[in-house]
Amino acid sequence: MAINKESNGYTIGFAIVLVVVVGTILAAVSMGLKPIQQKNAAKKKRMDILGAIKIESTRQNVDDVFKKHIVDGYIIDAKGKKIEGKTLEDAEKLDIQKQFRNSGISPEDRQYPLFIAEKEGQKLFIIPMVGKGLWGPIWGYVAVKENMVDIQAAKFDHKTETPGLGAEIKVYKSFQKQFEDNKKISDDNGEFVKITVTKGSGASGNPHAVDGITGGTITSKGVEEMMERTLKVYVSHFHAK
Amino acid sequence: MSETVKTKAPKEPLFSKKNRKLVIDPLEDNNPVTVQVLGICSALAITVQVEQALVMTGSVLFVLALGNVVISLMRNLIPSRIRIIVQLVVVASLVIIVNEVLKAFLPDMAEKLSVFVGLIITNCIIMGRFEAFAMAQKPWPSFLDGIGNTLGYGIVLVLVSIVRELFGSGTLMGFPILGDKVEGTGLFATDWYANNNLMILPPMALITVGIIIWVQRSRNKALIEDH
Repeated sequence: MAINKESNGYTIGFAIVLVVVVGTILAAVSMGLKPIQQKNAAKKKRMDILGAIKIESTRQNVDDVFKKHIVDGYIIDAKGKKIEGKTLEDAEKLDIQKQFRNSGISPEDRQYPLFIAEKEGQKLFIIPMVGKGLWGPIWGYVAVKENMVDIQAAKFDHKTETPGLGAEIKVYKSFQKQFEDNKKISDDNGEFVKITVTKGSGASGNPHAVDGITGGTITSKGVEEMMERTLKVYVSHFHAK
Repeated sequence: MSETVKTKAPKEPLFSKKNRKLVIDPLEDNNPVTVQVLGICSALAITVQVEQALVMTGSVLFVLALGNVVISLMRNLIPSRIRIIVQLVVVASLVIIVNEVLKAFLPDMAEKLSVFVGLIITNCIIMGRFEAFAMAQKPWPSFLDGIGNTLGYGIVLVLVSIVRELFGSGTLMGFPILGDKVEGTGLFATDWYANNNLMILPPMALITVGIIIWVQRSRNKALIEDH
């Protein structure tokens, strides 16, 4: 049986067969593993939410811990009004990263999830947010105390920021710690005041400023922008209450 | 050129001297990283932690060993005009499988390695072995060649990551070694060494690889090219 391996027909035929075979295998693998991957992602999200109020959890116990501490959740619109009929489950499912990236959704149409937690008898609001760093997406969670003004804690993460520079937003000691030092999201009249990420030092004592990261200016500014854009909406929600 | 010579040699044992050489050679004398200087990009990227280096080695092992076998099985069928594309398709699909499996079963590790799993596709060692070895050899030697080259690659990766993790973060496999005296962490709490951030940045990986190459060549004079 002599097939001319260099003929066009053989080459094209080979390519077609290869692509069909490979495509089938990959599709099967992807479909087969998808449920496990989605479960992982949901768990990771719960861990992040709990991390914002400093509750450590592992992949094994996260579901129980989450049920224990997160008492409620709902979704608000861009004007700060609560959207009726949305439950904690809906808030958890809402992918704000996807919403942020989708240019088809205008900022006014974006939805904002809010989680309400209870820790040591204290009520806390957990606000998720997404933004842009230097190389890719950044995201975080800000926990606000029951008085809806003081920040309890903040947690940030990133996808591809430079290690040692922009990536430091993820490090508690070098960045996130500052948010526990009496920072506020609004002033005495209930008006939103942004938290400025400043260059150099001098932010300590100021309730509306934190020190940026040396060498990570663009990432720091990304955090500032993300917090301003998101917290504004939530302050209008808190104030309207 | 693509025609393979049909050898009529008697069946050789699975671990003949020649086959053993396929595994052992790339570990030292023909190391893909330090001698052939391939796969440097990933040696820079994922050697910040030993654990990452190990998972990366495992992933490359799967892709290279299996890919070598697949290419070797198809070697007489692949049209020579599209052979590079065929090789690329094989690498890419194996890498996607690795990525999906990591995401499902080692999600934290998948997150740490992020894009670098995908970048295994561009690891020159893999395409290099496909083109230079698997296209002309039977499946079993190809499999061994894949194992040998990955281990050679892995050794360098792990060596570099040990240096970088120990002096950059003060830990090994996440276990604190060089700790802080004030906080009382680590196995050897010292006050004369502070974690060097430069170790975590890519240039130090290049310098570490350079030092390994230097040590290797001063031990084995045969590796030094004469100019």
